[in-house]
Amino acid sequence: MEATSTRLRRVFVWELPVRVYHWINALAVVGLCVTGYLIGNPPAIQSTAEASHRFLFGTIRFIHFTAAYIFFFNFLFRLYWGFVGNKYADWKNFIPTGRKFFREMRDVLRIDILLQKNRDHLSVGHNALAGFIYFLTFLAFLLQCVTGFGLYAGMSDWWFADLWVWVSGVFGGDFGLRNWHHAAMWFFIVFAIIHVYLVFYHDYVEGRGEISSMGGGWKFIEEDVFEKEESKVE
Amino acid sequence: MHPTTTKRPSYYEELRDKGYSRRDFMKFCTMMAAYLGLEASAAGQIAKTLETTPRIPVIWLHFQECTCCSESFIRSSHPIVADIVLDKISLDYTETLMAASGHRAEEAMKSTMEKYHGEYVLCVEGSVPTGADGVYCCIGGKSSMDILQECAEGAKAVICWGSCASNGCVQSAKPNPTGATPIHKLIKGKPIIKVPGCPPIGEVMAGVLVHIITFGRLPELDRVGRPKAFYSKRVHDTCYRRPFYDAGLFVETFDDENAQKGYCLYKVGCKGPSTYNACGVMRWNNGVSYPIQSGHGCFGCSEENFWDNGPLYRQMANFPGFGIESNADKVGMIAGAATVAGVTAHAIATNLRKSKLISSHIEEGREAEKEL
Ligand code: SF4
Repeated sequence: MEATSTRLRRVFVWELPVRVYHWINALAVVGLCVTGYLIGNPPAIQSTAEASHRFLFGTIRFIHFTAAYIFFFNFLFRLYWGFVGNKYADWKNFIPTGRKFFREMRDVLRIDILLQKNRDHLSVGHNALAGFIYFLTFLAFLLQCVTGFGLYAGMSDWWFADLWVWVSGVFGGDFGLRNWHHAAMWFFIVFAIIHVYLVFYHDYVEGRGEISSMGGGWKFIEEDVFEKEESKVE
Repeated sequence: MHPTTTKRPSYYEELRDKGYSRRDFMKFCTMMAAYLGLEASAAGQIAKTLETTPRIPVIWLHFQECTCCSESFIRSSHPIVADIVLDKISLDYTETLMAASGHRAEEAMKSTMEKYHGEYVLCVEGSVPTGADGVYCCIGGKSSMDILQECAEGAKAVICWGSCASNGCVQSAKPNPTGATPIHKLIKGKPIIKVPGCPPIGEVMAGVLVHIITFGRLPELDRVGRPKAFYSKRVHDTCYRRPFYDAGLFVETFDDENAQKGYCLYKVGCKGPSTYNACGVMRWNNGVSYPIQSGHGCFGCSEENFWDNGPLYRQMANFPGFGIESNADKVGMIAGAATVAGVTAHAIATNLRKSKLISSHIEEGREAEKEL
């Protein structure tokens, strides 16, 4: 695509609930990873204070459990929104349906990731590859919720937490459960690195307001592309 | 007064014959009620049952095991505990402790199985090797698999003593050369109770038996078949070092100052947070101590696969397929570093390969800015 004087058109992509979900999720994941890592590998602290005057590790665990509940219900909400939200929030963005989805995934891979063609790729909401990877992250969310609540079930009297007592048996006791839960944390860390990078990448290469879209919900697309998309819909 | 036949005296009668006083007997009943977590009045119920019930015949089998369960049992704090099952009172067959041997012993087992069909309790200590048609453990010319099936057939209930019978223990650790298999995977259609631990606490074992005798049924079991009275709490939940854990004060190495201060053993591998057992409450050897009190972390002997779940002195399990010393964190950090490197390389490549596109965007933007 050569430099033509392009007019951009403003499109409202991410609705408010999607944006709120995104940031709650981001905060919860960061909080969970940090506290989770600390629970697995507590820092060495020397202290002369009486143990009864300190509750550091207890607090870390409290934050972890609280964030976990927030994360879980926020996640449930997002699943719900996949059925009632606008077309960019729809669940069909995430699950490969049909050949078109795979073709777009391949294109994104060639253009954005392998940088094979010297042109940019357009997608207004999630591109197919991103959508599919979010689907995988949803599976990771699920794994993390199941293993996490499975570990937590023994510590709580609440019926909701007790719903998960069966998990431990499936994963070969709390040992195995704990290891799965811990290892899966690294998926989130790796995902976060790539996710943040790609957002910057798209904003930088395409100039369509990728970063700010999660703030105001707006993205900008070229007028001619807009018309093309519009005619497709009609 | 006793409705029992002369042939089968009640527990209490047997104990009286052995020289126990009424007082000893009542103490024992009270202790058992307390261990089982029952209300105070249950002591009377236990006493009554033991007075009136003829003893339940018990067959106690030994397969792939080290006899630590039997050892633990006979060292249980109240002498009646050992006498109630061992000795002449209840045990009809057990390789380790019976006086008979050879054909006489086999006969004793056979006669119990016939006479008390559907009534006797089968206790199993040890796992069953299923590899190579069971040749790894044969007794009296029969494989342990055959013996188990034969004995289980007429049993009222099966008690799996220890981690071997409950989940395979050490001999089922990878690669499990003998195919050691826990009992619940081999017997179907019988009430099975697991009493894991390597060994289980003697009082716990006695408690389980007393419960079966007193109430005529198995105690309440948890999701994996362990008695709730003893396995519903994690060692961590009843650990006296827990305040140090919550405070974030940990032993770093076994010879450091923190160890002297008695801090939490989590970082030197204590598996208390993942282990369900009653050690923190009942303790061992008549309540003298338990591993954590003696300065060593719990290594989770009563949990499934504890042997395969990582080093004893670290919290994190080894990550399969990445060499001996790699845990999930090391693998994760390498993956994280590789991602950062990949992302950086991608950023550089983007600037090179998409330079035309990027500069055209910039040009366009500059033009627009000038027009303003
Ligand atoms: S020593 Fe073990 S069981 Fe006790 S508080 Fe620390 S981690 Fe928990």
